[in-house]
Amino acid sequence: MSHHVINRSKAAKHDHWLVRWTLIAFAVGIMSLLVIGPLINVFYHAFELGVAIWWKALVDPNTLSALRLTIITAVISVSCNLVFGFAAAWAISRFPFRGKALLTTLIDLPFSVSPVIAGLIFVLLFGASGFFGPLLEFANVQIIFALPGIVLATTFVTFPFIARELIPVLEALGPDEEEAARTLGASAWQMFWHVTIPNIKWGLLYGVLLCNARAIGEFGAVSVVSGKIPGRTDTLPLTIEKFYQSFDKVSTASAFAVATLLTGLALITLVFKTYLETKTHQSTQRESVMDA
Amino acid sequence: MAGRVQKALPGFRLSLGFSLTYLFVLVLFPLGACIVKAASLTPEAFWNTVSAPQAVAAYKLSFTVSFIAGLGNAAIGLVTAWVLVRYDFPGRRILDTFVDLPLALPTAVAGITFYTLFVPDGWYGRHLGFLEPEGFVGHWFGPEGWFGTKIMTIDTRPYDGPLAIVLVLMFVGLPFVIRALQPVLEELDAEQEEAASILGASRWQTFRYVILPAITPAWLTGFALAYARGLGEYGSVIFVASNIPFKTQIPPTLIVVKLEEFEYAEAAAIASVLLGFSFLTLIAINLLERWSRRFDPAG
Repeated sequence: MSHHVINRSKAAKHDHWLVRWTLIAFAVGIMSLLVIGPLINVFYHAFELGVAIWWKALVDPNTLSALRLTIITAVISVSCNLVFGFAAAWAISRFPFRGKALLTTLIDLPFSVSPVIAGLIFVLLFGASGFFGPLLEFANVQIIFALPGIVLATTFVTFPFIARELIPVLEALGPDEEEAARTLGASAWQMFWHVTIPNIKWGLLYGVLLCNARAIGEFGAVSVVSGKIPGRTDTLPLTIEKFYQSFDKVSTASAFAVATLLTGLALITLVFKTYLETKTHQSTQRESVMDA
Repeated sequence: MAGRVQKALPGFRLSLGFSLTYLFVLVLFPLGACIVKAASLTPEAFWNTVSAPQAVAAYKLSFTVSFIAGLGNAAIGLVTAWVLVRYDFPGRRILDTFVDLPLALPTAVAGITFYTLFVPDGWYGRHLGFLEPEGFVGHWFGPEGWFGTKIMTIDTRPYDGPLAIVLVLMFVGLPFVIRALQPVLEELDAEQEEAASILGASRWQTFRYVILPAITPAWLTGFALAYARGLGEYGSVIFVASNIPFKTQIPPTLIVVKLEEFEYAEAAAIASVLLGFSFLTLIAINLLERWSRRFDPAG
């Protein structure tokens, strides 16, 4: 991630003020139309029929169970990817080995896979006609059209986030402090807990935040594996779809009501993201001052 | 201790082993299953599936709308990144934060809000009557207009049609160009610009011959990322376009259709083609990123 500092070089002042303000107006205008407008529109349509309808949509039993399912899925996916992300970042940033570039590229693979395909592959594996279908039926285990399938698809889609965040952080950090800790007799666990983790905590939180936002909002992959059984395998984004596809005014407002929930979460994510970016910027600045 | 390498840091075998296992089980194995399933078709059946007119129309649509959206993002992204890095103005920090909204917002929400914005009674749609089939732009591109009859008919409605997909893909891909350009713009060497200015270059010449070459690799990378993102996008697209085969159907929707008809192998076949394209795009992006690092002004 980048820290966004104003480049107050003399060059910036070379731009004629007319040029400057035209460009600023253009950027602000387009961003307002493209980003802010749609954002406000969500809230407008959610409250179009009044607060009562909005609230009714949120406390609807299907919405609440979708909320529960979304949260459980996000917690499991993020936790698994957190463990993986740390392990992969540790291996990649601290040790030399052959095929490192390949591994790094493969970690990015889920980013380039369409969400629908992410869902498809698990249906192919665990669906009734899938490779493991008969075995699962024999063991009476349900993966597709149930929580495990949703978790698998979501974990796949959010796979790279934490690893991609931690790799540059650990690389920039360097192994010096950790090696020092080891030579002073720290066990592996002590080293991780008292040296590594505190140093990467902002990058870690940042990665968890992004991973979480994506996990909560995932639509395509979950849509394929879930079967959309209301009250059982609907996540919040799927609930939005369900409300929206009933084309009456109340249902549309209800769809937007659930959307406000997710939008609110997105806005909170943005705020935390900015906060964490400043924090990481501060700590890397502190590091360079200390090294000087 | 001849031949024994003492690694000061612990956990190499454990972390690498776990990572590889996790990667294999969660990513490589399932993707492999897709290829295997696709391979269960005879070569003839495979070819018929992936080259069927409906499929080809879907690929063409996807490539075109993602490309156009990418171009739009490239233009908007350049101006926005420039303005964010170079100038100070009230609301700059807020603008910078909101650049990331498309990354945090669920695609389904993006879809429904864009659709309701651009339909004729939406906040934007009510001013865009000229894009309707009866409006002057819509008619020109329509089946009775000059462009529509001489070249090809285009549905210019900002909802239900291809233009709707372009618009929502521009939302979805917006952060990629901006975030790719910002670090490079920040690290630009002020001295080079000053030298150009001292040597008599106009501001435009300085931009064209000094700044632009330096940021082009990052610009292209951002475009490629936005483009790749647009190719796979599903959640927002299905809400803004009506998913009519040959007109507004994208490949992921086609896969879902095949799935609903229990044609798993055919779905896997189309998915494999898409995976192939994704893989190529991934390689292209990696090469682009490596190229831009080679010309890193700070490096």
